[in-house]
Amino acid sequence: MTVTAEQLNEVSAGGGVASHRWQGPTSTAFSRGLGVMTIVGMAWLLAFGLIFSPADRVQGTSVRILYIHVPTAWIAYLAFIVTGVSSAMYLFRRGHSLAWDRVAGASAEVGVLFMGLTLITGSLWGRLTWGVFWEWDARLTTTAFLFVTYIGYLAVRRLGGSHHARARRSAVLGLLAVLEIPLVHFSVKLWRSLHQEASVARLNGDVELDGLMLFSLLVGIVTFTLLYGWLVLHRQRVMYLEDQYDDRDLDVALAERQAEAHG
Amino acid sequence: MWRTARLVAAKDLRIEWRSRVVTNQVLPFTGLTLVLFAFALDRDDITTRVAPGLFWLATTFSLIVLVQRTFAVESSDGALDTLRVAGVDPAGIYLGKSMALAVQLIVLEALLMLGVIVFYSSQVRPAGIVLVAVTAVTATAGLAFVGTIYGGLAAGAKGRETLLPLLLLPVVAPVLIGATRAFEAAFGTREGEGIRKGVEVVDGWPWVGLLAVFAAVFGAAGVLAFGPLLEEA
Repeated sequence: MTVTAEQLNEVSAGGGVASHRWQGPTSTAFSRGLGVMTIVGMAWLLAFGLIFSPADRVQGTSVRILYIHVPTAWIAYLAFIVTGVSSAMYLFRRGHSLAWDRVAGASAEVGVLFMGLTLITGSLWGRLTWGVFWEWDARLTTTAFLFVTYIGYLAVRRLGGSHHARARRSAVLGLLAVLEIPLVHFSVKLWRSLHQEASVARLNGDVELDGLMLFSLLVGIVTFTLLYGWLVLHRQRVMYLEDQYDDRDLDVALAERQAEAHG
Repeated sequence: MWRTARLVAAKDLRIEWRSRVVTNQVLPFTGLTLVLFAFALDRDDITTRVAPGLFWLATTFSLIVLVQRTFAVESSDGALDTLRVAGVDPAGIYLGKSMALAVQLIVLEALLMLGVIVFYSSQVRPAGIVLVAVTAVTATAGLAFVGTIYGGLAAGAKGRETLLPLLLLPVVAPVLIGATRAFEAAFGTREGEGIRKGVEVVDGWPWVGLLAVFAAVFGAAGVLAFGPLLEEA
């Protein structure tokens, strides 16, 4: 027996689930504004990164990769910090709000995406500047481990079970990752310190940046931060809808059974 | 908590002793990896030089199999749920399973050491014997603690067989690095670099420190995290 629209409405109005349901589109005035600002920022970044900023004296034009590489790396680290904090909030705050769990998940997804971009842009830049795609230095190795760790985290999120089971499982994993990363970083650093320094030309951390270069980098960081905010906002709203959809399936099934019993 | 841990560990070891899965399946697998490494690396002098790394790689691979085994025992027949219903302290279960896992790993490592000496003609320097023993115990504690956390996390979930290596291997990387370097010092297989000529046995001890920190951190994390993990399993 099928369920009528009326029965469904009844379920969604008075069912056991949260009564306030999200009805509209996933965008709000705020997120639309954020989106527009991100697009404008991207245009700025393209203009400054590709046209206005000068080529580097040593690296030539390949320095332009850094206007993407540095912001993506920054966003990835920010995203994983947000995941860690949200995981802790879910586990330790009373009420165990699923909103924290969704923020953690959305942020981890965006983080994995940007970490992937960081690794790709970084190895391209490394090939041009150092002559090799990959260098076993502590920072690079830790970054690769972060990438793999959060791919695992995302896989665990898809294991199934109830929403709270998913949230608890992934929150514990999110916090374990916070323990893991410093240990991996430290051990790789200790390991590499036994070897000779890489013979490829190393870029000094505090090279003098041309004013326009610094500005382009800043535009990149601000723009990508906006993009991160926009992506996470929307992703967690979509996750909310997905969760609701799951619950609703259950409601429909229950309504069907009840209708069968009564009819 | 400790009493529970002892009982759980004794139970696990008794199951393994009677079922012989570890002796009949896991140990041959570990031996096989040693032979395969030799095929892949081809030259005898290379296998001798990289023997410490291969030893710990073989141990890590076997760890995955052992962890899957130790939780397959629990999740079939809903044994884990039964333990929860009986109100057994999750921290006790965690420590017990870690202890049983550690004992199995130690046995495996002892045989593996024999295999490395026979197949790869490795030699432990007399001064390095203590270092080897302490490294093995510390590294094993870390591996068992971490393995039990992630095994518990994946227990009862569909697709855990494929998920466990992805979760576990990145985390055990510090153990692989630390234990290998310590063994290299004990075996004397690493040439010095730059101004340093050869690696002395003493150089291995800082790595044991790293392994100890690792074991302590994840042991504590496991005691705290195992309760919430079991609740939803």
